[in-house]
Amino acid sequence: MGIKDRLIEDVGLREGVKRLTEDKIEQVVQTVLKGETGARLAAYSEICMRCGLCSEACHFYLSHDGDPSYSPVGKVQQTMAVLLKKKGRVSPDFIYGMAQIAYTECNLCRRCVHFCPVGIDTGYIMSTVRRICHKLGVTPQYIQDTAHSHSATFNQMWVKEDEWTDSLQWQEDEAREEFPGLRIPLDKEGADIYYSVIAPEPKFRTQLIYQAAAIMNAAGADWTMPSEPGWDNSDMCMFTGDFEMMGRLKRKHFESAQKLKVKRIVMGECGHAFRSVYDMGNRWVAWKMYPVPVIHSIEFFWELMKQGKIKLAKKYPGPVTVHDPCNVVRGRGHHEKLRELVRFLVDGPIIETASNREHNICCTAGGGVINCGPPFKNVRLDGSKAKAEELRATGVKTIVAPCHNCHGGLEDTVHRYKLDMHIKFLGDIIYECMEKPS
Amino acid sequence: MHEIYNLVTGPLAWLAWGIFIVGSIYRLAIMYILAKKKDAPSLAYMSWGFSLRSIINWLIPFNALGWRRNPLMTVATFAFHICLVVAPIFLLAHVALWDQFFGITYPVLDEKVTDIMTMIVVAACLIFAARRIFQKEVRYVSGFQDWLILVIAVLPFATGLLAYYQLGNYQVMIVLHILSGEIMLAAIPFTRLSHMLFSVFTRSYMGSEFGGVRRVKDW
Amino acid sequence: MLHPASSWDWQPGERVVLDSTGCPAPHEWQEEPYVAPDGETFGAAVRLEDGLFTMCVNGVPWEASFDKLWHPRFGPDGRLIAIVQQDGEWTLAVNGEVWPETYAFMWTPLFSLDGAVIATAIQQDGRYGLCVDGTPWDTLYENANEFSLSRDGQASAAVVQTQSLAAADIAAFQRGVFSVAVNGQVWDKTFVNAWTPTFDAAGQRVAAQVRLSLYDYSIAVDGELWKQNYACVWEPRFNPASGAVVAPVRIAGSWGLAQDGQIIWEPVFAQCWQQDFSRDGKTIGAIVATGYGKFTVAVNAKPWSATFPVVTDLVLSADGKRAAALANEYNANWRVVVDGQAWNGLFDMAWKPVFSPDGLHVAAKVEKRNRQTVLLDGKPYKRDFEQVWEPSFSPDGAKVLIRARDGGKYLRIVAQATDF
Ligand code: SF4
Ligand code: SF4
Repeated sequence: MGIKDRLIEDVGLREGVKRLTEDKIEQVVQTVLKGETGARLAAYSEICMRCGLCSEACHFYLSHDGDPSYSPVGKVQQTMAVLLKKKGRVSPDFIYGMAQIAYTECNLCRRCVHFCPVGIDTGYIMSTVRRICHKLGVTPQYIQDTAHSHSATFNQMWVKEDEWTDSLQWQEDEAREEFPGLRIPLDKEGADIYYSVIAPEPKFRTQLIYQAAAIMNAAGADWTMPSEPGWDNSDMCMFTGDFEMMGRLKRKHFESAQKLKVKRIVMGECGHAFRSVYDMGNRWVAWKMYPVPVIHSIEFFWELMKQGKIKLAKKYPGPVTVHDPCNVVRGRGHHEKLRELVRFLVDGPIIETASNREHNICCTAGGGVINCGPPFKNVRLDGSKAKAEELRATGVKTIVAPCHNCHGGLEDTVHRYKLDMHIKFLGDIIYECMEKPS
Repeated sequence: MHEIYNLVTGPLAWLAWGIFIVGSIYRLAIMYILAKKKDAPSLAYMSWGFSLRSIINWLIPFNALGWRRNPLMTVATFAFHICLVVAPIFLLAHVALWDQFFGITYPVLDEKVTDIMTMIVVAACLIFAARRIFQKEVRYVSGFQDWLILVIAVLPFATGLLAYYQLGNYQVMIVLHILSGEIMLAAIPFTRLSHMLFSVFTRSYMGSEFGGVRRVKDW
Repeated sequence: MLHPASSWDWQPGERVVLDSTGCPAPHEWQEEPYVAPDGETFGAAVRLEDGLFTMCVNGVPWEASFDKLWHPRFGPDGRLIAIVQQDGEWTLAVNGEVWPETYAFMWTPLFSLDGAVIATAIQQDGRYGLCVDGTPWDTLYENANEFSLSRDGQASAAVVQTQSLAAADIAAFQRGVFSVAVNGQVWDKTFVNAWTPTFDAAGQRVAAQVRLSLYDYSIAVDGELWKQNYACVWEPRFNPASGAVVAPVRIAGSWGLAQDGQIIWEPVFAQCWQQDFSRDGKTIGAIVATGYGKFTVAVNAKPWSATFPVVTDLVLSADGKRAAALANEYNANWRVVVDGQAWNGLFDMAWKPVFSPDGLHVAAKVEKRNRQTVLLDGKPYKRDFEQVWEPSFSPDGAKVLIRARDGGKYLRIVAQATDF
């Protein structure tokens, strides 16, 4: 039982450990532990009672029939606990397994927090393990590539600067056919809203930009999108453990908004980026909160609904179930707003999954796990069995999931477990049901 | 025997209490200094209200999701901790000692009650031990430290019971009882028993982050 | 300078430049307005009834119209530019005249200090770089970004990708495929990353942030590395007098300033960036955080005592004796802070403060409840407007130019101290 029995080949991990020696590992681990961690990690590692209460929290554990090596404390036991005990003097092979656990068997979803009586945040411990892996140069290939893209282009998909603006203008043109006079105002100083997205939108899911423009237009919003880098709010560097780049990305993003003198940033339906703006990236920069308020789409659409700015021509046929993305629900308490909004949009009840609201089970794609790419797809889907069962039990056909990663992850889950369900963004539903010019 | 008894009730008792109190203050102070130096981004979010909110909610049995999903552990944990703290403080024989040495008296619990409480502590420890042996997710993470603190915790109560029921040599038992109690006190700052000192802060921190920043409950 | 401030109309008083800001030519819609630095010209993009776009300038549309038009801006010399597309090709329109050269895409126009030279980022046939007054670099690259133009416009630079990367080739990336190209000529060295190339005052030398591995950051000057590496760095700046390069550097989790690789501000700050110099180079100011969440300004390493959750837009007076910046509470309750002292008044938004040339006065544009005005030395102008543009001082520092839009009119106001 344990990571040794389930190692998966990945170029990033393999080439990374090839460069390591025990001396080098020891030195790097010590630098991170002495230089970057403090009382928090010390207390966590000392007072974890090894009671195992957190096991039941973790979908990896639940999905693997109670294999203890997947429990939160079981994962700590195989990673940080060993580093601390051996003062960092471990073998390169150990680092391989440690990286695989930290990057692909924990979504940093923090569900285990609801189970631990003494208040241990296993997600933080796993983040710290990832930080060490990053410093050791042992990171899965695909997520590392997105981190590289971030550093070179300030977006996660190698979108070049002309491609970005061109996509916006193209979507504006398209949408103008349907909504005469529609604009995607570029670099409009002093706008109320700076709309920010993640790079998969211009790259693969341009219809989301189209839909957002349609909704902004219908709501009469004073909004803008930036033409220059900073537009991508996402942050895979936060998940690889490259905190310096995480800080650089956040600085770029917020300075881009500050430069345009906007009142606030509204972001598309993305979860991890949200974590980055108020919980992790801002902190590395030393901003206690986001320097420009960032409003997640859930909250923004909810506001539009409350102000009567979304006019529906029809309601979306229910029943539906709601998937709560960890980073906006357990991360920011948006679960009730999400439900109010869904009730407004959908004709029919919300059938809840057994674990819902802040107690939700993660989609198993979050925390950068899906970004680790094809080598780890099966692991990820094995881990989402618990989620799949909860979804199946609802008996409905539609899952509302206001997060890109959740969306991607759940699509795979639905496929693997033959759930016969489809997944909708809030924007999909609003766009589909809103009043449009005839 | 008498000398040994005097030793454990005299100098060793002072020593144990000394280690416990000074050690605890020392550990807390060092941890605070470390937090000040290295964890500024965590300290910045500490809030009294959300700390208390979290502590109170976790002190209600079956309130937190974790408690609900582990009913046996919930009962065992609550019973164990309550009895562990209450029984020794309000035990007739202990209060008599306070009176004898310092002239301090306060109400006591009925001997039958403390007797049952002591048994509960021992029973809970048996449950904890059984989990460590039979429940695979607990066995997987159990190590020497975990067994050590379990033994340290159960010994004063087990020996207390044996002495109370005069099983075995009473003189030896009472000395062992006192000694094991002293070991437990002295071990608190320096073993995993330190969760007694630190968990209030880790709990508070989690409560503050979840309440203040993440706007959700952490239970 | 073609049209220096000294040649502007500084006659005190208010002048209605346009009675109606709406474009008189028939149009479907009109976009956000822009005004020239001297306040004499007001322009906005309009979509004409035939579906084409043009700029309407002081009520007169350009003769030419285009399929697409974006990023209208006035240059420092008062010329109005816009990026325009015709027949699928992009170019720059300057006062309505297009450059003869066209490109597959064009963005990020940059002006020399006097506005005489205009450079833009371009993509042609999937190759990237800059063009200067329409003429492209001799060499274009796989990708380019972080564009920069020297003050005199005679030199331009960008970060460029020197070779192609196969999909997800993390090893090649980490060997370093990025560098800095100056006037199209790439430096010898390549880096894992390079950012913010910046010119010295004469436009002769270039400094940039570089990442040598995923973990080691440094500063490269004309392709030569500083001897020291750091945990992180921010944008380097040349000292305008001495030519030394100064950059924020991170050591053991804290930030300070280094000059040519030597620490000049001890790394004691939780953050440090946007350093700026006095004209003689003797005074350095920077935005710093003295603790977690406590931002302020430090001048010659000495922080102001007042701290704020967020500080932006630091500016030093030319003589370095004074400094001004904006502070806010997470984008609300903006204040103008001058020499460590916040002016009275909290605003919904504030814009970068401006010093008079002699450094005696400070002006700033502010907004409250959707009305905007200009503050001079902390006092608001006697009235407010729907919109004002950022103020500028007359060369003698005695007068402030206010460009404002209100009630459908566009006004040009030369205000004196007594008007505030
Ligand atoms: S953070 Fe989530 S995925 Fe990670 S151990 Fe905890 S419950 Fe499991
Ligand atoms: S519930 Fe908390 S104390 Fe118990 S094993 Fe898990 S992390 Fe450790």
